[in-house]
Amino acid sequence: MLQNPVIEVNGLTKRYGDFSAVDGIDFTVGSGEFFGFVGPNGAGKTTTISMLCTLAKPTAGTATIAGFDVAAQSDQVRRQIGVVFQEATLDNRLTARENLAFHAAVYHVPRAERDARLADVLDLVELTRFADDIVDNFSGGMRRRLEVARGLLHSPKVLFLDEPTLGLDPQTRNRIWEYLRRLADRDDMTVFMTTHYMDEAENCDRVAVIDRGALVAVDTPAALKRQTGETTLDGVFLKLTGQAIRDEDVLTNKHMSRIAAKAKGGR
Amino acid sequence: MDLDAIYMIWRRDLVVNWRDKGQLIGSLVRSILWLVVLGLGLRAAFRSVGGVTFSQYIFAGIIGMTLLFAGVQSAISIVWEREFGFLRELLVAPIPRGAITTAKMLSGATWALLQGVIVLALAPIVGVSLTPLIVAEAIGVMAIMAIMMTSIGIVIASRIKSFQGFGVIVNVVLMPMFFLSTAIFPMPWLPEWLRTIMMFNPLTYAVDALRTVTIGLYDFPFWFDLGLTVGLAILFGVLARVLFVKEI
Ligand SMILES: Nc1ncnc2c1ncn2[C@@H]1O[C@H](COP(=O)(O)OP(=O)(O)OP(=O)(O)O)[C@@H](O)[C@H]1O
Ligand SMILES: [Mg+2]
Repeated sequence: MLQNPVIEVNGLTKRYGDFSAVDGIDFTVGSGEFFGFVGPNGAGKTTTISMLCTLAKPTAGTATIAGFDVAAQSDQVRRQIGVVFQEATLDNRLTARENLAFHAAVYHVPRAERDARLADVLDLVELTRFADDIVDNFSGGMRRRLEVARGLLHSPKVLFLDEPTLGLDPQTRNRIWEYLRRLADRDDMTVFMTTHYMDEAENCDRVAVIDRGALVAVDTPAALKRQTGETTLDGVFLKLTGQAIRDEDVLTNKHMSRIAAKAKGGR
Repeated sequence: MDLDAIYMIWRRDLVVNWRDKGQLIGSLVRSILWLVVLGLGLRAAFRSVGGVTFSQYIFAGIIGMTLLFAGVQSAISIVWEREFGFLRELLVAPIPRGAITTAKMLSGATWALLQGVIVLALAPIVGVSLTPLIVAEAIGVMAIMAIMMTSIGIVIASRIKSFQGFGVIVNVVLMPMFFLSTAIFPMPWLPEWLRTIMMFNPLTYAVDALRTVTIGLYDFPFWFDLGLTVGLAILFGVLARVLFVKEI
C-alpha cells in the first residue's frame, strides 16, 4: 500500500433518489501524488470531488483528507484543500489581484505573507502584468490560470481540479501542467484532477477510471496499458468504458431524479 | 467570529455593487421618480393629511421602498452567486456559514442604507426640513429597517432556486408589501379590510417610525413602531441565518 495516504476513500456513495451518481468507490491517494480521475460524461467525477471537498454529503461510506473526515470534520478538511471547480467561480467584476486578496483573507493566509504570496502565484501563472485588470476582460485561458493561482494561494496540502484544462489551447494546457508539476515537486502538494484528455492522464502518477458511478480501474498509466493490452490510454479508456456515448444516460438520469425529487417535494 | 472574513466579504459586496453603476442609478431613479412625480403630480388631487402635503407624506414611504428594494435585491444576489459559481468558492473556504450570513446581512444592509441616505438628502425638494438630530434619528431607524429588509431578502433567497425568480419576487412580494403599507396611502383614506392587511405588514410600522422622526406625523406611538421593527429585524435576522446555514 501507499506510504503516506492523504486521501482515503471507503465505499463512498452518493445517491439522488434511486439513482447512484457514485456507487461505493474505494481508493487511496498518497502524499505528493499526481492522481488522475477519468471517466465518460456523467460518470460521477464532479460528484466525487464535491463530496471530497465537503460541498455534498455522502449518502454512504467515508472519506478522509489528511486524516479528517469530510462529513464530520468539514472545517478541518477545508483548511487542507484547494479547489478549482469545473465551472468558473471567479468574481468577474473584481480585478485579478482583488480576487486573490479576497481568497487569501477567507483562507486566513497571514496578513504579513499575503502580498508576497499574491505576487508569487501571479508570477507563476504569468498574470503579473494583468493583476489590476477586471477579470471580465480576461480570455478563457487567463481566467483558468487565475483560478489555478487562486487554488494554490493558500498552499493547500491537496489541490482538487475538475477539468482545469477544458477548452484551453495546447500552450495554456502545457503551462498549467508545468505549474502544477512544479508545485507538486516543490511543496509536496497532492494533486487530484479530472480530465477528458488522455495525454494529460498519461502524465499522472496513477489514474482511476470511473464509469457509471463505479471504479473500474486504478493504476499507473503503464500498468493500465499492460493489463488491457492497449498501446495508448485512449485505447485503455475505450476498452474499459465502452464505445457508447453517454449523453442520453446522463439526461435520463437527471430527468428521472428530477421527477423523483418533484414527487417527493410535492407530497 | 471570523471578523477578517466578514470584513472581506462585506467589502467585496460593496465594491461589486458600487461597480455595477447601472443598478445603482436605476434604483435611485426609481425612488426619485416615485417621490417627485407621484408627490408633485398628485398633490392637487389629494386632500392634505394631518396638515402636510402629499409629497411630505410619502417621503418616509419612498425611503422605506428604497430600503426594501435595495435590501432584498442585494440579498437575492446570493442566488445569482450560487447559480454562477462565486458562492461555491466561499462555501469551500474554512469559514463558518454563520460568518458568511452575517457578512451578507451587513453588506446588504449597508448598501440599502446608503441608498436610503441619498433619498433622505432629497428632503428639501419635497419640503421636509432636516436638522442634525432628525438626520441622526432617521439614519438610526433606517439602519434597523435595512437589516430587516436584507434578512427578508435572505429568507427569500434560501427558498428560490434560480435567479429567474427575481422578477416574480418583485411582483409577488415587494410591490404588494409597498402598496399594502402606509408608505403612500394614509390609513384614514382606506376601507377597513385594507387597513387590516396593512396591520400585518412589517413595512407599515417601519415607515410609521420614520415618518414620526422626519415630519412628526404618525398612526402608532413611536416606541410601539420602533419596538416592533427591532423585534421583526431580529426575528427575520435569526430566520435568515438558520435558513442560510441549512439551505444555501
Ligand atoms: N443534484 C443532482 N441531482 C440529480 N442528479 C445529479 C445531480 N448532480 C449530478 N447528478 C447526476 O449524477 C451523475 C454524475 O454527475 P457528475 O457531474 O458527477 O458527472 P461527471 O463525471 O463530472 O461528468 P462530466 O464529465 O460531464 O463533468 C450524472 O448522471 C448527473 O446527471
Ligand atoms: Mg464533471
